[in-house]
Amino acid sequence: MMQTLLDQFSESIRLAGTRRRPLRIRGSGSKDFYGGTPSGEVLDASGYRGIVDYAPEELVLTARAGTLLHEIEAVLAEQGQMLPFEPPHFGPRATLGGCVAAGLSGPRRASSGAVRDFVLGVRMMNGLGESLQFGGQVMKNVAGYDVSRLMAGSLGTLGLLLEVSLKVLPKPQAEATLQFELNELQALEKMNRWAGQPFPISATCYHDHVLTLRLSGAQSAIQATHAKLGGQLMVADDEFWHGIREQTSRFFREESSLWRVSLPSTATLQLPSKQLIEWGGALRWVFTDEDGAKVRALAEQARGQATLFRSATKPKIIFHPLPKPLLQVHQRMKRAFDPQGIFNIGRMYPDF
Amino acid sequence: MKSDRLLKRLREFLPPESILSEREDLNPYESDGLTAFRQLPLVVVIPETEAQVQQVLRLCFAEAVPVVARGAGTGLSGGALPLSNGVLLSLAKFSRIEHIDPLARTARVQPGVRNLAISEAAAAFGLYYAPDPSSQIVCSIGGNVAENSGGVHCLKYGLTVNNILALRVITIEGEILEIGSAALDSTGYDLLALMTGSEGMLGVITEVTVKLLPKPERAQVLLAGFDSVEKAGAAVADIISAGIIPAGLEMMDKLAIRAAEDFVHAGYPLDVEAILLCELDGMNEEVSVEIKRVHSILQQAGATTVRTALDDAERLKFWAGRKAAFPAVGRLAPDYYCMDGTIPRKRLPQVLRRIHDYSAHFGLAVANVFHAGDGNLHPLILYDANKPGELVRAEAFGAKILELCVEVGGSITGEHGVGVEKIDQMCVQFMTQELALFHALKKSWDEQGLLNPGKAVPTLHRCAEYGAMHVHHGKAKFPNVPRF
Repeated sequence: MMQTLLDQFSESIRLAGTRRRPLRIRGSGSKDFYGGTPSGEVLDASGYRGIVDYAPEELVLTARAGTLLHEIEAVLAEQGQMLPFEPPHFGPRATLGGCVAAGLSGPRRASSGAVRDFVLGVRMMNGLGESLQFGGQVMKNVAGYDVSRLMAGSLGTLGLLLEVSLKVLPKPQAEATLQFELNELQALEKMNRWAGQPFPISATCYHDHVLTLRLSGAQSAIQATHAKLGGQLMVADDEFWHGIREQTSRFFREESSLWRVSLPSTATLQLPSKQLIEWGGALRWVFTDEDGAKVRALAEQARGQATLFRSATKPKIIFHPLPKPLLQVHQRMKRAFDPQGIFNIGRMYPDF
Repeated sequence: MKSDRLLKRLREFLPPESILSEREDLNPYESDGLTAFRQLPLVVVIPETEAQVQQVLRLCFAEAVPVVARGAGTGLSGGALPLSNGVLLSLAKFSRIEHIDPLARTARVQPGVRNLAISEAAAAFGLYYAPDPSSQIVCSIGGNVAENSGGVHCLKYGLTVNNILALRVITIEGEILEIGSAALDSTGYDLLALMTGSEGMLGVITEVTVKLLPKPERAQVLLAGFDSVEKAGAAVADIISAGIIPAGLEMMDKLAIRAAEDFVHAGYPLDVEAILLCELDGMNEEVSVEIKRVHSILQQAGATTVRTALDDAERLKFWAGRKAAFPAVGRLAPDYYCMDGTIPRKRLPQVLRRIHDYSAHFGLAVANVFHAGDGNLHPLILYDANKPGELVRAEAFGAKILELCVEVGGSITGEHGVGVEKIDQMCVQFMTQELALFHALKKSWDEQGLLNPGKAVPTLHRCAEYGAMHVHHGKAKFPNVPRF
C-alpha cells in the first residue's frame, strides 16, 4: 500500500511537471499559517506514514513523513527518549514531514540544537518524481552534499519529504524550573552569562519582568545549580513550557501580527511593543502592527532578521528578504531540485 | 590557459612572495595528508586579503582555470590534491582570530586558524570550541568546515556543522556571500549545512564564526577491558540505553591496543580483545553520580577490568594512547591505510568479523579504532608500499571495507570526506539520480565546474565503469555468491 502511495506521488509530480501546474505539499495543515500560501493543487502527503525503524540503543528513529509527531513522541517516551529539539506541533495532527519542512524548534533549541542538527537522513522525491535518498541512519556521514539538512526548513520548496531519520536523545533524568524577577537588560545579561558556565540550562523565557529558566539533567546537578543561582522554584512547569512551545500561553493571545525575530543573543531590539524572549536572548516574539519594512529595519539594526509569523492577512513579503547574490543562489538551487518549478511556489519567497 | 600568461595576470594584484611557480616551491603542496596521491599544481597562490582571494577567483573564472583551496593540508582523503592545470589556493595566511565575544560565546576567525588555537584563545573566558579532530594541533578551521570534521566528542557535542554559526564565502564568480549569522537561525535554505562538508566544491571560505561552549566543570574517564569485541559493543549499547550520553566513547581492538601501549605506555591492559574508553563530563555532582553508574554497567557487561582515572594526569594518559593510535599503528608496518566508514553500532561484531575475513584473504593485518558512540570505524590496514602489489591489495581491501559499511546501512565516510580517495565508493552509496542531483547542485554554485573538480562526486560515466560488482543500498546484485 505504501508503494502504491509512492507511485501516486510520483505520478502526480510528473503530471504536474508536464502540465506546469504547481503542487501544494500538505501534511495535516497544522502550519498553514506559516509562510505564504502556495498556489496549486494540494498534494496530500499525510497518508505516507508509520515508523519504519527505531533502535533506542542506537539513538536513531526513522519514520515516514506523514507519521504524526505525537505518535513519534509517544513511542520515544516509552523508551525514555525524546526529540531533542522539542518541536512545536501547532495542531493535534502535526506530521514529521511538516516539522522538518518548517524547521521550527522549541524551547530546548539554544542548548540542544535545532531540527536540522538532528536530521541524519532523508528519502525525498524531487521535481521529476524520482525517489532519492541522502544521509542515512548513522551519526556521522560526510559522503556527498548534506541534502538531508538542507531539507530542514526548506518548506517543501525543494521536494516532497518521504522519510526522515532523526538522532534522538535520552530524556533528562530530572527537570526543574526557576523564576527570577528582573528587568530586560538584567535578564539578557544573566541568560548569556549563565550560558557561558557549565550549568544544565535547557530553556529560557523572559516576559513581563520575569525570567524563567529550565534546568535538565541529574537531580544532583539541578540541586547544585539551584543553590548557586537562587530563584523561585516553579510548580506546574511542564504546562508553562508547553504553553510557550505551542504558543497557547497568555502572551500569545493577541489580535495584532506576531513577528519572529532571530538575532544575536546579546542584542537589544528597539521595538516598543509586547515581547517575549526565548533561546537565551536569540529569539524574540513580538506583537506589533507596525509596517513590515520598519520591523525588518529594526531587526537588521540588531543584526537580526524578522519573519512575519502569524497575521490576519498575508502580505507579499513574509520572510526576511535575501540579499541579491544569495537570492540568486537560492533560485538556482531550487531549479536543481525542481526544474519545472512545481513545489510550493510562493511558500517561502514570492517566486519559489 | 598558458601558465606564463596566468602568472603575469596574478602578478598584477599579488605580491611576488604570494605566488609560487618554481618546482621546488611547489613540491610541499603536491599532496595533503593522503600521501598516496601526488600531483604538482600549475601554480600556488598564497593571498593575504579577502580582496586578493576574490581577484584570484575572478581571474580563474574568466580564464576557466580550475582552483583547489587548501588549509593546513592535513586532510586524509585527497580533497586538497592539486590539479596539474590548476591553481592551488592556500589560505595559510588567513591565520587571525578576529574577535572573541565571551558574553555571546562566539569566535569570528579566519579560515587558516588552527582548530586548537581557537580553544586556546577562548580558554581565558572558560570557553572552548568543541569539535576536536585528532589533528587539532595543526588542522585549520576552514578545512574543518570543508570536511565537516568530527573528533572524539561528537556524540555529545556534535560535528563541525553543529558548532558553527556563520561563514563568509566567495563564489567562483567572485561574489561574497554571508551565510548564517550571529543569530541561531537565518531565513532561506540552510546553506550553512550545505557548505559544511562540501569539500571546496561550492565556494572558498574566508571567515568562520564558531560557537564556544563553557568548559565542563569536571571530566572523568573510565577504562574497561573486555575478552571479546562483542561484549565491548554490548557495553556501549548498555551505557546509552541507560540514558547516559558520554562525552567520549572509544573502542580499540587488540592490535591497536598493543601498538598504542608500546608507543605511549598509556596503561592499557594487554590481555584483552578490546578496550573501551568512556569519558563523562559536566557539573561535578553529575559526573560523580554517572561515573558510578557507568562503572557498574561496565562490570555487568562482563568487563574483565574497569579503572577510573585517578587524576587528570591519568585521564590524559588514557586519552594519549587513543589519540596516538594512528602513529602507533604506523610503527607496526612501513605504511598504513586509514579507513573512515560509519555503521549502525549494532552491526559492529558482524563488521569486525568480516574485516578479519578480508584481512586473511588479502594477507594484510588490520588494527581497528572505533568512535564507538557514533559508529565511526577507523580500520588501519598495514602494508609495505615497497613490496610489489601490497598497495594495490591495501586499496582493494579498503574498498571492500567501505562497501561493507554501505551494505550494513552505514556510510563510506564519517569525517574524512570523499576527496579523490573514496570517489569510486560514492557509486556504491548513491544511485545515478542522487549523483545527478549532486551535480545539479554543484552547477547551481559553479556552472563551469572550476572549484575542486574531480573530487567528492564521481561522474556518472565513472560510476558506470566502476559498476562491475555493484552493491546498492544494502542489496548486492548476486547476494548468494560467496565473496571472500
